[in-house]
Amino acid sequence: MRTCLVVDDSSVIRKVARRILEGLDFQIVEAEDGEKALDICKRGLPDAVLLDWNMPVMDGYEFLGNLRRLPGGDQPKVVFCTTENDVAHIARALHAGANEYIMKPFDKDIVTAKFQEVGLI
Amino acid sequence: MNLLDYEFLRKLLKERSGLDLSADKQYLVESRLLPLARKAGLPGIAELVQKLKNGANALTTEVVEAMTTNETFFFRDKIPFDHLRDTILPAMLQARANRKSLRIWCAASSTGQEPYSIAMCLKEKAQVLAGWRVEIVATDLSQEVLEKSKSGIYSQFEVQRGLPIQLLVKHFTQIGELWQINPDIRGMVQHRQLNLLQDFSHLGKFDVIFCRNVLIYFDQETKIAIFERLARQLEGDGVLLLGAAESVVGISDAFRPYPDRRGLYQPNPARALRANAGAMPLGLKVVAAR
Repeated sequence: MRTCLVVDDSSVIRKVARRILEGLDFQIVEAEDGEKALDICKRGLPDAVLLDWNMPVMDGYEFLGNLRRLPGGDQPKVVFCTTENDVAHIARALHAGANEYIMKPFDKDIVTAKFQEVGLI
Repeated sequence: MNLLDYEFLRKLLKERSGLDLSADKQYLVESRLLPLARKAGLPGIAELVQKLKNGANALTTEVVEAMTTNETFFFRDKIPFDHLRDTILPAMLQARANRKSLRIWCAASSTGQEPYSIAMCLKEKAQVLAGWRVEIVATDLSQEVLEKSKSGIYSQFEVQRGLPIQLLVKHFTQIGELWQINPDIRGMVQHRQLNLLQDFSHLGKFDVIFCRNVLIYFDQETKIAIFERLARQLEGDGVLLLGAAESVVGISDAFRPYPDRRGLYQPNPARALRANAGAMPLGLKVVAAR
């Protein structure tokens, strides 16, 4: 079973994402900020990361940079999932190594389409 | 809804759009037509049917448009667009090297996601298509969806279903919470209103026809007739693309499956030979039969 790290400071969003991704046969690990997510990744890399942008302690953008610098950190597929819905943010995320980008609000169809797009399904 | 009203609507929809509703689809009709009835100031379906019986033409068009499914999204099913890029286009580039023109028809194109997906595929091949005349003709029964298609404006939800984020950034402009496909891609698609039940020979011959996820709503007899007419609009080496749940196999011999490419079909050469043989003088027909 593939693993997905869901990183979001909102427990509601994490719960919704968990329900959708478990339905897509992913094993879910949750983190409420970038720093905690990075600690998890240092112990073992997930197959995918669903990543919020704005979070306390360490935001999603900074987390992504740190993740990509870890040994093997280029492997996980990172899908941003954020309310930062403008072209500038999307371009910045792609430049930093994001594989896909979900603009909130999202639903199961969108998550499925994006995970298919990056070859996770 | 009473049975008589439902039968009236079934017959009307079959005649106007080819839509073949089974006897158990009352719920679908109610869910789509009740909002339309209310919008027209009518209390329910019975009153709507009465208006239609009295010959309300504009309302009839609205009913047909409300009932025809417009479900679509960018790069739907993905594989047909991989086939377009990796199989069809290379073959066409070779076969049409002299005339340098390519005509693609997107039948039942709905709100435009499919023709614009085709246009984006071709745009990615702009270098090899330099100097070529490329036409993408998008047709649909509904003027309303064609207008939306022409505008090229999509919601945030719509651009996130099937469209890779890189293509969104590259080919769309953000307008508030909406996204508009850029003029260079919009300009590659011509829009025309067309009912597949009616004659479409005036569209001319095409190299590629996308006719996906529409024939499933038609009965067998209508499918056969449409396949026959589609075959006449396709070049001898052209390609027909059907939806994932559709096939010509067991329905029509106007097409044969494209080797090793699911969902792709080519005009049946044996059929063309028979048609030609039919047009020959008797003596020659015998020779041809041998």
